This record gives sequence, C-alpha cells and structure tokens, in this order.
Amino acid sequence: MTQTAAQRFLQDAAVKSADLMHRDVILFNLKSYDAAHFRGRARIKDWEAARQKCQEIKREAINHLDRYLLQFEEKVVARGGHVFWASTSEEACAYVKNLATRLNVRTVVKSKSMVTEEIHLSPALEKAGIKVWETDLGEFIVQLREEAPYHIVTPAMHLNRGQIAKLFREKLDPKIDSDDPAYLMAVARRVLREAFFAAEMGISGANFLVADAGVIAISTNEGNGRLCTSVPRIHVVVTGIEKVIPRLEDLAVLWPVLATSGTGQGITTYSTLIGGPRQPGEADGPEEFHVVLVDNGRSQLLADAEQREVLHCIRCGACLNTCPVYRHVGGHAYGTTYPGPIGSVLTPHLNGLNEFKHLSYASSLCGACTSVCPVKIDLHHHLLQNRRNATTTGTAPPGERRMFRAWSHAMLHPRIYALGGWLMRKSLRIVYGLGLAGSILDPMRKWNRYRAPVPLPSESFRARWRKDHAAD
Amino acid sequence: MKRTVSLFIPCFVDQLLPEVGVDTVKVLRRIGYEVDYPEDQTCCGQPAFNTGYWDEARPCAEHFVQVFKQADVVVCPSGSCVTMVRNFYPDLLAQSTLLGEALALASRTFELSEFLVKVAGVTQVGATFPHAVTYHASCHGLRELKLRDEPLQLLRQVKGLKLIEMARSEECCGFGGTFAIKFGDISAAMGTSKAESVAATGAEFVTAIDPSCLLHLQGILGKRQSSIRTIHLASILAQENRAPAGRVEERP
Repeated sequence: MTQTAAQRFLQDAAVKSADLMHRDVILFNLKSYDAAHFRGRARIKDWEAARQKCQEIKREAINHLDRYLLQFEEKVVARGGHVFWASTSEEACAYVKNLATRLNVRTVVKSKSMVTEEIHLSPALEKAGIKVWETDLGEFIVQLREEAPYHIVTPAMHLNRGQIAKLFREKLDPKIDSDDPAYLMAVARRVLREAFFAAEMGISGANFLVADAGVIAISTNEGNGRLCTSVPRIHVVVTGIEKVIPRLEDLAVLWPVLATSGTGQGITTYSTLIGGPRQPGEADGPEEFHVVLVDNGRSQLLADAEQREVLHCIRCGACLNTCPVYRHVGGHAYGTTYPGPIGSVLTPHLNGLNEFKHLSYASSLCGACTSVCPVKIDLHHHLLQNRRNATTTGTAPPGERRMFRAWSHAMLHPRIYALGGWLMRKSLRIVYGLGLAGSILDPMRKWNRYRAPVPLPSESFRARWRKDHAAD
Repeated sequence: MKRTVSLFIPCFVDQLLPEVGVDTVKVLRRIGYEVDYPEDQTCCGQPAFNTGYWDEARPCAEHFVQVFKQADVVVCPSGSCVTMVRNFYPDLLAQSTLLGEALALASRTFELSEFLVKVAGVTQVGATFPHAVTYHASCHGLRELKLRDEPLQLLRQVKGLKLIEMARSEECCGFGGTFAIKFGDISAAMGTSKAESVAATGAEFVTAIDPSCLLHLQGILGKRQSSIRTIHLASILAQENRAPAGRVEERP
C-alpha cells in the first residue's frame, strides 16, 4: 500500500524529532541566524513601520495584479523580451523545454529559484537530455545529494562541513582531503565556472517583478545569479505571478527588509535589475530574454478573500527559522516544495487540501511565524482557517466530528460537564492505581507515551467553591 | 463598595488544576476585590475551534457569552482561554445574534496578570516565595494578548523570589492542544527542548501564565524524573508572607 503524504509526514517527523544530532546542527545554524536577524532588525530605525510599508506595497500589488502584470509585460516586450503566461506547471515546463530544444541548448545553469522546484523544471529538462547545473552553492550541494532543498533560502542548512567534504570527495574529486569551508567553496567554484561558460541557457527566478520599470530584481550572495543571467546566450526567468510590485522605488524598503529577514544582512551582496536582452550598443547580456509567469493555483488563492494575503510572501524564510516545529522536524519531513509555516499554509492551496491538510494541524499555533513575517501575513490564523476548511470541505478523521458534537452538547449542560469530569478523574485514578497507565485501557495513553500522567485531584474547582460557599 | 470580578476558570483548570483557581481567588481577594464564580460556566470552545470544528465550538462560545454577559469584569488565569474569547470569538460568532454581546464581553475579559497590572494597577500583591524561579512566556499570552512584561513585573515584586531568565524563553513548549495528541513525537521533542532550557537555569520552579503549558511541561519533566516543579503565576502570588495574618498590605 502506498503511503499518503500525511502518513509519510508523521513517520519522517517522528524520526527527525528524535534525531538529536540533526537538532544540534539546525540549532547551531539557526543560532547564528537569530543573532544576525536581531542585529539586522536593530539597524532599521523603525522595524514595525518597515513591515507595515512592505505589507501595504504587497497588498496594493496583489489587489491590482492584473494591471501591474500587464504593465510589466508591456515594458519587457518593448525591449525585445518575451513573456509567457503559464497557468500550470506543465505549461511552464513545456515552454522552457521546447525553447531549449528549439535553440539547441545542451547545458543549463540555474541560479536559485523555488518556483522551478515547485514546477519540477529540472527533471523535465533532464528528461529531454539537457544537463542542468544548480549554481547556488547550497543548491549545488543538495543537487549532488539528489535531494530537495532543505530550506527555501539556505538549502543545505542541515549539513555540516564534514558531510559536505565527504559528498564532494564522492562526487567531484576523490583527492579532497579537507573540510575547510573556503577550500570546499573553491572546489565547487572550479566545477561551476566551467558550467557557466559551457551553458547556452541560464535560468533564474525573480525576487520581484517591478511593474513601472519592467525589470526583474534578483538578490544573491554568491554572484552566481549574475553569471547565470549574463554569460549564456539565453536567459529564462521563471517566477510566480505574485512577485510583481508596483514601483521601482518600492525596492528601497523591500530589499533591506528581505535581506534582514532572510539572513540578517543590511542588503544582499548582489542586487541585480534586468529588463530584457542585450540592447544595441551594450557590451554583454543574453541574446534572448524570456519571462515565464507561473500561476499554478495562485489565481485560485487570489479569489480567496480570507487568505489572499498569503500571496504577499517574499520567500525570506524567516517563518521557517523561527518555527519550533520546523526546528525539530527539519525541512525535508514536510515533503513539500515550501516547508515550514508558509508551506503549511500555502501547500493545501497549490496541491490540494485533502492531501496536505495535516500540515495545518502540525502546528502548536504558537504564532512565532506571524510575529516575524516581514509582510505581516497572519500565518497561524490561516492555519486555523485551513483546519476549518478541512472539516467542512475535506475528509475529516472518522468519528471526530461526532466526538466534538457530543462534547459540545455536554458543554451546554454544566451538570453533565461536571459529572463527566468527575467520572473521567475517578476512572483514570482507578486505571492508574492498577498500574495500567499507558496501556490499551488508558484513554490518555497518547499523552502518557511521552509524558507523566496529568494530576487527578479528587475535587474539581467548582466542587471546592461550592463547599466553601455553602453558607452563602 | 468593593468591586466584583467574575472568575472564568477554564475547564481543564477546573478538573485537573483546581489549586490554580483557588490561588487566583486568594490573590484577587487580597488586593481587595470581591470574587464571584458563575457556576454555569463550562468550556470556552477552544478545543473544537482549534481542531477546525467551528460549528461545534460556536454553541460553547454562545453559552459562555450568556453565562458572563452580566459580569462587570471577567478574570481568567489562562492567556490561551482569554485569547479564545478576545481574539477568536469575533470570527467564530461573526454571524451570531450574540456578536455584539461577545465583542463587549471580550473587552471586559482579562488574563490574571493583565488584570492585576493594567486594570487594577497593582504589581505588589504581598507575596513571598523564597525560591529560584524561571519564567516561560506562553505563546497565546505573549503573541495574542501582547503580555510580555506584566507577569515579570509581578514576579519581580515577590519577596525572596530569585528570577532566572531561561534561553529562548519565548519559544513554544510544544503543547498546542490537540497538537500534543495528534503529533505526539513533535510535541514531546519541543517539550524536551524547553525542559532542557528550564533545567539549564538551575531554577527550582518554572512558572507561566498558562496552565496548559505547565501541564505539558509537568508531564515532560515528570517523565524525565526531573526535580524541577511547575507552578502557575497565581500560585506564586498567592503565597503569603509568613508574618502573622493582617501584616500583609491590602489595597482597598
């Protein structure tokens, strides 16, 4: 029998949350992120005002998506670029694949893009016999390991340098004899440099699509983005339709806020704006420039007034970093392109509520995600809405609604509630008195599997109150 | 004339942690309030609401509003249950005829430390607790009700109490209601990390404003056979000075 996504999640989460070495690597990496993020926020004079401004910019963009996307398209086309509107991931992949085939592309270099992960672009290209190189160091590492990115900003966060040295030794060069980060980086750099100059096509994502200027904005730290977008003769941008922003000047606040939330930097090392192919008189840049605007379920989310703001997300990863569930189960257990709180909110919309509703329940609703989100998405409350939608439109666990209905009836009758409470305490005391805590006879066994039993006082508060006030 | 507060004792406090209710009464009386306990109260509906069963939670919420609508002010020793009333009832009861009453009631319902510091204007309640204590910032109190300093202000005034800050005090303990049952492995791993942060302080007690966090931590610490005890803020504040009765200052 094949496992459902929910069963797989439960199993992987159980393994990972018990893996103390994994936890230590994640906590080690997140400790430096926490410190940098905190310092970064302190550099911005009024962090709350900056968040507010970013929320307003994204709200305006999302509410007028039709206008801003067309404005962006018009400018790009005027400069000789091409814009393709893909309503599904299949359409997006087919467009890029056909383009590559038509233009005799054998090698592709990619800078980091979660949308290409979402639509499974690399496998589609490889199927057509095209070699795809991930050129972001973290992405390169997870590509060599043949696994998905662990995190949307830092894809190899789950690995330490020893593991990376071992991987490079196995996959790149048996003579590698050091786990010094600078040395390992130089190894990757040498390999990737050759790929950059061999590739006919570069594929990038976009952090923002600027409507009034008709340019894409890319933020990277390794410079690989600039090589991908300027060396090969074709540049393809694959991006979600929600990435559009109205004005160039909006980047004045969005760039530093994205960098601060993502890595704690004041601004990302390379901030690049690209608006089309090489223009007459320009020394470099690609001959062809294509933008693939991916919908893939986003329009449907746009139609959901309650959760539309989920499209504000700028993919900074701050909610993952702060999430105690993410910290304990890690990025792979989710089994989705977008892990962590934003993934738990978004995935049911992109991939189906029934298959992915469990992620909305896999949260203590602590709200840490909402408190750090730079565009103020009410993440944990959207999890609650997903849960409600799952019980009314999805398939709830059998008997759960009946149980809550009975519970609800009892709560309307104080005497039944009080009697039920008394019976529960009394029977649990008997079960535990017989040493049967945790056995099949223990209704609290799921609690007791991990915890000592709850206290079972002989009298409830209301009984004590009544006794104390009997004379009143 | 003494002012009266109506006690909202959450269902699991009523059934499993009655001393938290008793201590809440003690503290409120000591600072000069009359305390009333409407006996028809049951549960605010949060378990059903959080699991997605809003239709089943709604009658509980309406019952709650009916029980408390006459109250001048409602005080509850749980940030989570106050969050339900104040932040979630407006959504849950959006179509209910009781919406108006619910909104009004939400603005008169307070978590205990919030009530003491912000409404009664008291931080010194005349408590003595000569122990090393660390404070866990419960999520709902902290991020839904925005209570960051109020509990600490009260703890700092407790005679003999040594307050030790724990690492990542604002990280969730892993309880999360039905989450603790549906995702026991993750919940327990989060609880274990929290228990390790608590243990690293060397404190004898861990306190919080939410009894549900403490119930969870008590279970996790108990399973580890730790000697650290959990204690609700109300129970610390209720500890009287050992001096003869009457010496404790009372506010009128």
